[in-house]
Amino acid sequence: MSSKMPSSNNVTQARRTVQQLKIEASIERIKVSKASADLMHYCGEHAKYDPLLMGIPASENPFKDKKPCAIL
Amino acid sequence: MGEMDTLKKEADGLKTQIETARKAVNDTTMAAVASGVAAAPRIQLKNRKTLKGHLAKIYGLHWSADNRHMVSASQDGKLLIWDTYTGNKVYAVPLKSSWVMSCSMAPSGNLVASGGLDNMCTIVNIKAASPKTIRELDAHEGYLSHSRFLNDSEILTASGDTTCCLWDLETGKQKVVYKSHVGDCMCLAMSPDQNTFISGACDSSAKLWDIRDGGCKQTFIGHTSDINAIAFFPSGTAIITGSDDCTLKMYDLRADQEVNGYQDAALNAGVTSVSLSSSGRLVFAGYDNFNCNIWDSLKAEKVGVLSGHDNRVSCIGVPDDGLGICTGSWDSFLKIWN
Repeated sequence: MSSKMPSSNNVTQARRTVQQLKIEASIERIKVSKASADLMHYCGEHAKYDPLLMGIPASENPFKDKKPCAIL
Repeated sequence: MGEMDTLKKEADGLKTQIETARKAVNDTTMAAVASGVAAAPRIQLKNRKTLKGHLAKIYGLHWSADNRHMVSASQDGKLLIWDTYTGNKVYAVPLKSSWVMSCSMAPSGNLVASGGLDNMCTIVNIKAASPKTIRELDAHEGYLSHSRFLNDSEILTASGDTTCCLWDLETGKQKVVYKSHVGDCMCLAMSPDQNTFISGACDSSAKLWDIRDGGCKQTFIGHTSDINAIAFFPSGTAIITGSDDCTLKMYDLRADQEVNGYQDAALNAGVTSVSLSSSGRLVFAGYDNFNCNIWDSLKAEKVGVLSGHDNRVSCIGVPDDGLGICTGSWDSFLKIWN
């Protein structure tokens, strides 16, 4: 914030800050216990589909360099 | 000065009200709730590919929605679009300004965006006969730190001028300007449902915005320095931030507060970038100390490290299918791990 701002701008800015804080103060909040449990549940439900967590079989790994096959 | 004093008292009162309301629902910690969960396994990922081609520091990378292509930006003045399965470069886009700080690809794969110290976001059609600049979005009054496409006609940008912006690519004009931060905006991420987005700034706060009406819905505090990186937890109900204060934090949107912190007394390097695995259990964070640490998002324990870069890890990304992670570095290389 520039100290060269005219005082009317400071007041406008301060009014906006108060307005914004009123919006943020008015929201409904859930308990941290419920929020944490929901996040844990999400992780649990999706863990088995998470390749970086479970590992990727070589045959399904698009980034693994494939060795060339020799046809005998 | 009477009104200023009144307004300041009112603002302080509201801040106290918010803190009280947050404390009132703070009935436990994530650590306590997660104590019954099995620890995540030790994660040891291998460097499967090193993408070589840039000649200077890499500042940004973004996976295509097709999980195979990726765009990267370097201060060698180029965007490179890679086929990560083969390691080949598919397109090279020369930039007017080499001071690029970010890049992104549209979900369609048709467009890429870049921007930086030129204060502009340049949109290029890479599917034209040769890459063609179709728009130069030119209204920010500070550097462009980040961008993300909603679709081929709308893009979100974050700027050093402390605002974020939604642009109409048909007209090249700003549709919505998001004003509330009091420091440079450094990063942004869109919610999975695309109705909201989050921004992180040098004022140490993260903010949740309604994309369509431009309103700031929530502000998350607690960091003590610039927030350089931000990501949504895949459920869309929590966010992770990474900061120059060397920590990451998880904020739950519905509890409206920090629910977990990821830090280590031995870690003395700022966080530059963050990305999550597809289940949200693993948090990948790039640091100034050339490494990427892997954190268990629930238990806040370090479960692995990606080392291999010879300079700062500046950007990181997991594709939508979760099959790998890419790190980009000031050492000019991109590495893909899984």
